[in-house]
Amino acid sequence: MPETHTDSQTNQPALRTAEVTRHYAMGAATIRAVDGVSLEIAHGEFVALLGTSGSGKSTLLNLLAGLDRPTSGAILAHGINLAEMSGDELAQYRSLTVGMVFQSFNLLPRMTLEENVELPLRLAEVDRGDRAGRVQEALKRVGLAARLSHRPAELSGGEQQRASLARALVNRPTILLADEPTGNLDSRTGEEIMNFIQQFNQELGMTVIMVTHEPRLAERYAARQFHMKDGKLSANGDAQ
Amino acid sequence: MKTRDLMELAGRNLREAMLRNALTTIGIAVGVASLVAMLSLGIGLQKLVMGRLQSSGLFDRVYVTPRPVGASLSGRGGGRGGRGRNQQDDVPTPGLPPQLQPPMKPLTSTVRKQLAAMPNIVSVFPELRFTADLRYGGTGHVTSASSVPFEARGTGQFDNITGSFFSGANANEAILHTDLAQQLADQGNFKPDDLIGQEVTIRYPERKPVEAPPNQRPQDIVANGEFGQGFTIQSADVKVKVVGIVSGESAGPGGFGGARIMLPLELVERLNAVQGFDVREVVANPGETIYPTLTMLVDNPNHVQAVEDAVKQLGFGAFSLFDAARNLQLVFRVFDSFLLVFGSLALAVASLGIVNTLVMAILERRHEIGVLKALGAADRDVRQLFFTEAGVMGLVGGILGVFLGWGIGQLINFALNKWLVSQSLTPQKIWLVPLWLVASAIAFSILVSLAAGLYPASRAAKLDPVKALRYE
Repeated sequence: MPETHTDSQTNQPALRTAEVTRHYAMGAATIRAVDGVSLEIAHGEFVALLGTSGSGKSTLLNLLAGLDRPTSGAILAHGINLAEMSGDELAQYRSLTVGMVFQSFNLLPRMTLEENVELPLRLAEVDRGDRAGRVQEALKRVGLAARLSHRPAELSGGEQQRASLARALVNRPTILLADEPTGNLDSRTGEEIMNFIQQFNQELGMTVIMVTHEPRLAERYAARQFHMKDGKLSANGDAQ
Repeated sequence: MKTRDLMELAGRNLREAMLRNALTTIGIAVGVASLVAMLSLGIGLQKLVMGRLQSSGLFDRVYVTPRPVGASLSGRGGGRGGRGRNQQDDVPTPGLPPQLQPPMKPLTSTVRKQLAAMPNIVSVFPELRFTADLRYGGTGHVTSASSVPFEARGTGQFDNITGSFFSGANANEAILHTDLAQQLADQGNFKPDDLIGQEVTIRYPERKPVEAPPNQRPQDIVANGEFGQGFTIQSADVKVKVVGIVSGESAGPGGFGGARIMLPLELVERLNAVQGFDVREVVANPGETIYPTLTMLVDNPNHVQAVEDAVKQLGFGAFSLFDAARNLQLVFRVFDSFLLVFGSLALAVASLGIVNTLVMAILERRHEIGVLKALGAADRDVRQLFFTEAGVMGLVGGILGVFLGWGIGQLINFALNKWLVSQSLTPQKIWLVPLWLVASAIAFSILVSLAAGLYPASRAAKLDPVKALRYE
């Protein structure tokens, strides 16, 4: 695979947050899902975001993905504040700068693998002539080139997650955001997926932020760990 | 997203909920069909009525009389400049019916030429009538004869003719009224249609100029013209071939025929048959043929008003039924808007179906919308996707609806004609689906569908992707 999007020439970190908060109103009460988080992730880093369920790690990931907007604070991706982006700019950010992988794969069940992987290319308005090649290339990278015309239901869980990895790659983003990517998989298949993610990090230079509740995985793959509790970062872990 | 991608995704989404979308689309189709059915009924009826009236010769004709219309009623005299120049007309002529009483300007052959030279005039023709004795099979029938201009061929009045119209403007041919044909047939014990192709003799009163006395001075000839000394009436015969038999009555002023024997105008003019007006001619305008009325055939009903005004300017009476036609058109316009409102009602109901279907689709595809947004879809993309789906349903529904409406129309037409025939009436085409109606029905269907898609599309676009992704 050729270079990923290289708006990363600057000395800016890939992602930086400054006192980010995300509050929800739940009746009269306010839930502080993310409560004053400041962190910095360098280009090409592989970090893990750990915490129990409800700790706010997924909310933080959604904020980093541009799927959600912070209540206050700044989120800078390559130095640009997501909080100040328009809806369209945020959509473009999701389209070109980040790729997402989910615990439940989120492939569209009625589309073939080829169509699923092509979807981000359609949304990014990539020329029709270039699409087939890029879909092929992305699926080849995860070892699914032979299964273009299969539907998600015809694949195993591991294969589905590999397809969703291909989908996250196809627009050549610089940042990969993975939300419990192995949560629905057995440990052997999970390891296979983790190896692919590690490969992307090492070979393609993608910055990886992985949400997980398994310290074992974080220790094995991530260079750095962030632990969240009640919406706050509790500790900045180092590699292994 | 690019249009082609939008269309592909929309088409895929529509196919996936095939039954529901098909039902919704059929709902739209029924709405459009009712709209098309209603409007084409209105248009068809209008066309039928207007066509009938037009072929009856009421709308492309200006009927000219010697007296300005209303002059005799209001007692204001002969209108513009009528009096001074026609001094001799101011003395009532005894023995003439009141409508021929002065003041008025006689419709002379010069006037006829003058009128014919006006713009937009196809032709100007008089209606000549005389009493004739039709002789066939040894017996005679005293009846009325009238002239029919050759231009009458193109109008609807002779549509139901048995046999054919005159072969030429000057042919020795006659068309008989069915009543006369029936009378002849009853006497001779044959069928009326057998008369076609037969030669009959028409005996008529011919006017012959009186030879100028041998001692007439040349200046008298100049002053009095060719017929200056009047004429004598003699019995004359002409043999004509019966070419057609026609039923029905003359359609009022400006209509053709109306007598029992109809002869080509040029033939009648050649015959020099005596007319009621001729008596006046001897006294008033020596040297010119005078017509009781003239009918002006105008090339286009739209020009009728102008021609009418111009004729009135000349000091003649003129009238047409153009104003009546205009009022009729107004009535039809009101009628059509009524039909439009009722037709649109069904489409409005159908558009609620679109809203319902798309709102359901949002619930069903909530997760999918979340995924699309996570993969980089902007709100605009989602909105356009739903909009396209609504538009496609509108397009397909519109096309289906036009066909359906057309089919309903054909069915009603068929049933109606069956009934008309059973009532011994002529079948009619009361159904008309013009191309502009097809195009605007489809366009309207798309428009209504897009309007119905507005709310669901914006609701789908505003969906929070985080919540949507959590929704399975």
